[in-house]
Amino acid sequence: MKVRSSVFASFILICEVIGVALFLRGFFPVPLKSSFSSKISVKTGPKNPPLLPLITGSSPNSSRLPEPLFKRVVIMLVDALRDDFVFGANGRRNMPYTRHLVERGSSHSYVAKARPPTVTMPRIKALTTGSIPGFIDVVMNLNSPALLEDNLVWQAKTAGKRMVFYGDDTWVRLFPKHFMEHDGTTSFFVSDYTEVDNNVTRHLDSTLKRDDWDILILHYLGLDHIGHISGPHSSLIQPKLLEMDDILKKIHSALISKEAEGSLPYLLVLCGDHGMSETGSHGGSSEAEVNTPLVLISPAFKRKVGMEKPGVVEQVDLTPTLALGLGLPISQNSVGRVIPGVIEETSLRDQLRFLHLNGHQLSCLLKDSTPDYEKEAGFEQFRVAERAHGIWMKLFLDGNTSEVLTNMGKKVLKQYLEALAAMSSALSKQLGKYDMYSMVAGTVFVFQLLLVLLLAMPEALSGEASVDLPVLSALLSLPFYLLCLLLASVHVLVCTSAESSCYFCSLSWGLVFAAVAFSSAMFCILVSMPVRRNSPLRSGGGSEWSLSELDVLLLAGTVGHTLSLAASSFVEEEHQTWYFLLNTLCLAVFQDVCRKYFREQRGHGDEEEPILPSKDGHHPKAEVCSEKWLALATPPFTLVCCRLLRSLNQTGVQWAHLPDVGHWLNSSEHRTVLSLLAAFCLVLIYLLVQRRCSCVSKVALALGLLGVYSYRAAVGNVLFPWQHSGRTTSKGTVEARFVYVFILGIFFTGTKDLLRSQIVTADAKLKSRGLWEIYSGLVLLVTLLFRAHNLPVLCCCLLIQTLMAQFIWKKLHYDAAQTTIMHYWFGQAFFYFQGNSNNVATVDISVGFVGLESYVEAPAIFLTALSTYAGPLLWACHLVCFLSSQRGRSPVAVGHGCYCLALLRSVPAAAYIVLVTALRYHLFIWSVFSPKLLYESMHLLLTAGVCLFFNTMEQSQSPSKS
Amino acid sequence: MWDHEIRAMASTHAIIAASVFMATVLPAALVRGFSVYGTHMLWLYSVSGAVTGVSVAVFWLLGITPPTKKHTVGYKLSRLFRSCLYFFLSCLFFHTVVVLYGAPLIESALDTFSLAVLLTSLTTLRCLCVLGPNVQAWIRVFSRHGAMSVWDTCLQITVACTLVGAWVGAFPIPLDWDRPWQVWPISCSLGATIGFLTGLVAAPAWIHYHRKQLTYKCK
Repeated sequence: MKVRSSVFASFILICEVIGVALFLRGFFPVPLKSSFSSKISVKTGPKNPPLLPLITGSSPNSSRLPEPLFKRVVIMLVDALRDDFVFGANGRRNMPYTRHLVERGSSHSYVAKARPPTVTMPRIKALTTGSIPGFIDVVMNLNSPALLEDNLVWQAKTAGKRMVFYGDDTWVRLFPKHFMEHDGTTSFFVSDYTEVDNNVTRHLDSTLKRDDWDILILHYLGLDHIGHISGPHSSLIQPKLLEMDDILKKIHSALISKEAEGSLPYLLVLCGDHGMSETGSHGGSSEAEVNTPLVLISPAFKRKVGMEKPGVVEQVDLTPTLALGLGLPISQNSVGRVIPGVIEETSLRDQLRFLHLNGHQLSCLLKDSTPDYEKEAGFEQFRVAERAHGIWMKLFLDGNTSEVLTNMGKKVLKQYLEALAAMSSALSKQLGKYDMYSMVAGTVFVFQLLLVLLLAMPEALSGEASVDLPVLSALLSLPFYLLCLLLASVHVLVCTSAESSCYFCSLSWGLVFAAVAFSSAMFCILVSMPVRRNSPLRSGGGSEWSLSELDVLLLAGTVGHTLSLAASSFVEEEHQTWYFLLNTLCLAVFQDVCRKYFREQRGHGDEEEPILPSKDGHHPKAEVCSEKWLALATPPFTLVCCRLLRSLNQTGVQWAHLPDVGHWLNSSEHRTVLSLLAAFCLVLIYLLVQRRCSCVSKVALALGLLGVYSYRAAVGNVLFPWQHSGRTTSKGTVEARFVYVFILGIFFTGTKDLLRSQIVTADAKLKSRGLWEIYSGLVLLVTLLFRAHNLPVLCCCLLIQTLMAQFIWKKLHYDAAQTTIMHYWFGQAFFYFQGNSNNVATVDISVGFVGLESYVEAPAIFLTALSTYAGPLLWACHLVCFLSSQRGRSPVAVGHGCYCLALLRSVPAAAYIVLVTALRYHLFIWSVFSPKLLYESMHLLLTAGVCLFFNTMEQSQSPSKS
Repeated sequence: MWDHEIRAMASTHAIIAASVFMATVLPAALVRGFSVYGTHMLWLYSVSGAVTGVSVAVFWLLGITPPTKKHTVGYKLSRLFRSCLYFFLSCLFFHTVVVLYGAPLIESALDTFSLAVLLTSLTTLRCLCVLGPNVQAWIRVFSRHGAMSVWDTCLQITVACTLVGAWVGAFPIPLDWDRPWQVWPISCSLGATIGFLTGLVAAPAWIHYHRKQLTYKCK
């Protein structure tokens, strides 16, 4: 089957998008949410735990909430406290007092298992909400660092508990205004491990003396810092642990002295948020990072008589335990189950009630999250236990106190515990785990496609620009059927033996079979392509394959950039990579230009290029000369532009705090400068774009740009010369809609021209004008969406495009592949010039509201994506215009360009998903690598769209040719 | 084919490399508290000075510099003056390029300029020694197939190695390792020096192994 290379490239890209989507679905498990997921709905929802549905009829008395178990709770959270620091062989030396309490005191101790990512922020979320946070949660509430889910702290605040917090300021950011008193310390200076803790401890004495709080939370960071500096076996660890032990002793004795007869007892909790690996870091899922100690100390517990092996619980189990202990409702998304040891001293009736409350909450969550919840074993067990509980209640209230009843109650208790365990594990299976099978399937798809793309390179970039895919022979071959069978059996095997839920397995059979068939066909094609190539094309070896310096740079840059994505710093500072490569590219182009013009001038046809001077011979001498100097000036000018733009927006992480021109322009005292700059840029944009437009769109463009300025004035970014203060800023909806009308008009004329050139007259000129009009419509839209201080970016973009197209790409006879790679590099650099970074926080969401009265999802997402990827899109569109408008170029240039663009985009995307899979337990996976993954996939999607556009352009070209 | 020249080149390069080495070792013995990272500027200037002095002396003694037609003192002075001017201009050029690459414009301008001086003394100075202050000759040598002698090829290799070394030296700057050599411009100047030394070794070796294929047109 012979297909044109643009069709081939677009097809491959679209399939890759599907593969990446499958990968993403496996990498970011969809969060489990109760139907009352946000706090707003919690307020309206049932605040009290629901009454017993079965038993309420029997007696009103039975539905009362049990009394809280504790009056005051002190939570002492020590960052990176590993279980063996307390329970291990050295525990007696490290933390003598704590160890004494564990062995002899009235306490319960457990090993609490944290879930990866073992990083502080997700762990705090897990401890307070009881759910297991995924990365997608972070993306969902982009601009608000505050925790919006139902959580323990919020419940406590609503119940009127007074809370005091000292320690890591992540808490303060997560729970703003929740604490009666707080003092956050930043964990910014990792090398400081004494001050951070002293800042917490200095409040302790006064706070412990007072009586006006109910919950005290302390978060100590020093141990974690020591771990990062020198690891878990350093000599600094023991003094730090002794210090922690002293603090615990201090708190404990203060609590004991405060304790009054008759009132409820206190509870002191010592826990860690995550452990510490043998190298001292954390984030992964090794035993040392996951196991944290959990020590609960309260006079309500039985006194211990010696060291026991601590039981194992989940970290999230603390949440329902604390909630029930304080008499609060359990957070709705909690997947934890109450720790039985804590409630074992209460009456059997209360114990059953506690377990029932926990079970009810879990069953509600299960109902909301799984469609066929009734088949879950835990749910069924819970129903049985609930019924038995009802019968027990009835007998109990009748005054039956026999041995039989106690035994029956114990049986119900056991049933409840089993049901809780089953439900909890069913829930947490869906959470916080990578769905490896889907990820691997997605990766395999993407890599097959990438290899096919790479193998087709010689054909796709040949003069024909068409790829011969042996589809039919692949489909009829025996290996195809064998592979189908093999893959299908692998699929069945994996899905039947998988423990956790898997997206790929839950797809319908038809889809899975299509995927299996597609994958095997791709594999067969993959094998047969090089085999077939080898037989007839032995003669055309790589003898005349000579690379110029520019080619070497372009290849090395592409490969080097792909490799650099493996380092978190290079992902954070990716803009530096692109600026660096772009600068080098400009210098290389400069060298090419110099070589061309100076060699030419030096010896008239002395060595290799005797044709060139005579070719330009018919030009007037002066024109040649001025053209030469303009060509020579273009690369330095581009370099200067790039340097200026680079200082416009500081992005990245390490140097993001440095002052930049953008901030200077945006400050209110420089508004006049900003207005002048914006006006100048708009004029320049008009001058640069209008050259190749028709009269109608020239007028539309001018009016549109005026509209943009008045929109910016209405929003309050820039000043109108004739209107002064006294007008409040509006949303500028009218002005923006005014601009939208012109944008649509320009798009309309452009499409009309294109259609006419295709159907009515085969006029290349009309076609290139139509293309340019579509491009100018896009420019106008981006002008509207860009912030005022970013208009110079657009301006420089257009200027560089014009100059480069005029003097460099045309004159130096770069081929389509080289031009495409340069366009792609420029596009990437401009993506960062406009202030983007690989962090989700830099996406400008306000763009989604331009011209809209309220938030409407589809246009808002479209506009945000457009303005975020404006740089790459504009350069890709310019590439289409440039390649198809060139008269002298071979007609296959567009196909070559499309193919190169597809290749350039899919190589980093494919490499990146493998990298992310390999680094999935990296410390920075959620903060650095996952956002980048989202950016990569979005970019892939957009490139697929651009390639389709290429496709239509080429399609309209071929009929006009024939 | 050019055995004599290759031998001369190898010994010249050995002397220059030794001068770089001495420029690192000697101040360490003489100046208290000298280290390549700590007192980087001092090291940088000592290397540039040593390379400048030794190259000028060696190439003058060797006499590769194209023979001048006139032997008047005035002409020699003007050549000297032009050489100095080119040296300074080249420093400015390198400074501009480095700033365009993203070096801060105002703060640490002195560091940037020192790097430019180092780059100049490693690259431009050699051109001045071998080709003289003659821009046409420079353009010829650095265009494709422009080498007309073994020394031209050698010049191409060393200059390319030095510049690529400095270019590669910028890679580790964004990494968050907090090492002393990641401070601007240490990694770049180290990269340039290492590239230069590599070039010194690579040029005679490459020419030696390709001496059969090397043909120069307008010899």
